[in-house]
Amino acid sequence: MQQEWIMGLIGGGMIGLAATMFLLINGRIMGASGLLGGLVDGTGRGNAGERAAFIAGLIAVPGLIAFAMGGSETHASSNIAVLIAAGLCVGIGTRLANGCTSGHGVCGISRLSLRGIVATVFYLMAGGLSVMLFKHVLGVI
Amino acid sequence: MQRAIYAFLAGGLFGAGLLVSGMTDTRKVQGWLDVFGDWDPTLAFVLGGAILPMAVAWQLTRNRQPVLGGAFPPKPETRLGWPLVSGSVLFGVGWGLVGLCPGPAMASLTFGGMEGLVFLVAMLAGMLAAPPLRRRLVEASAPA
Repeated sequence: MQQEWIMGLIGGGMIGLAATMFLLINGRIMGASGLLGGLVDGTGRGNAGERAAFIAGLIAVPGLIAFAMGGSETHASSNIAVLIAAGLCVGIGTRLANGCTSGHGVCGISRLSLRGIVATVFYLMAGGLSVMLFKHVLGVI
Repeated sequence: MQRAIYAFLAGGLFGAGLLVSGMTDTRKVQGWLDVFGDWDPTLAFVLGGAILPMAVAWQLTRNRQPVLGGAFPPKPETRLGWPLVSGSVLFGVGWGLVGLCPGPAMASLTFGGMEGLVFLVAMLAGMLAAPPLRRRLVEASAPA
């Protein structure tokens, strides 16, 4: 357990350094949903290359590390309906809110942004209630 | 080109951090959200570890320019509004249901199997559907 916390802290530090790099060098906020969403709906056409390069690194590097380690498990649900419903909620929700865990959580809270803090409070509470409902009450996950 | 290279490196470091911290493992994420069950506090360490360097980074943006030129992001908006609240609630529901948020959904694409792919495609569809929904929400919540 404690080793997992330390890995969490180290991995978290890497995420924070990545966000620091992207801010201080490229001048951009590292928000996963915004960077991807701008490519999907066309609002990020002006800097599509930068967005695509970020996403390419985000997919390729953990892929290579996982491959070198002999694979990595996500333990995701195999229920197609659950996967589709959750994907739709995450896609619509993060774009309506204009941010997710990285944009509102990491980049927003660290500059004491009111919107970032409020968003994080709401998605954490909703996430907790969601697990309680779908796991402990309905038993679908 | 330089912008793309640094963007690739930042994305790569972000993805490596997500993998190392265990955030691509949906069981750990759902364990963090499972406050009424077998609670796993790892995500608090991840968020804390990420927020600390970024708090310093924001201080370093004062009276400076990004290394590659241009300007730093403007001061954050303070208006909250319904899209922020309803969107965050919807995101949280989906996050709890499967344990993936947008970063880890992309980072685990190569090793997440069909499950990860189905989630990602649904997420992309949701992102495509969001702009018209947002316009309606803004219209509905605008003072007459």
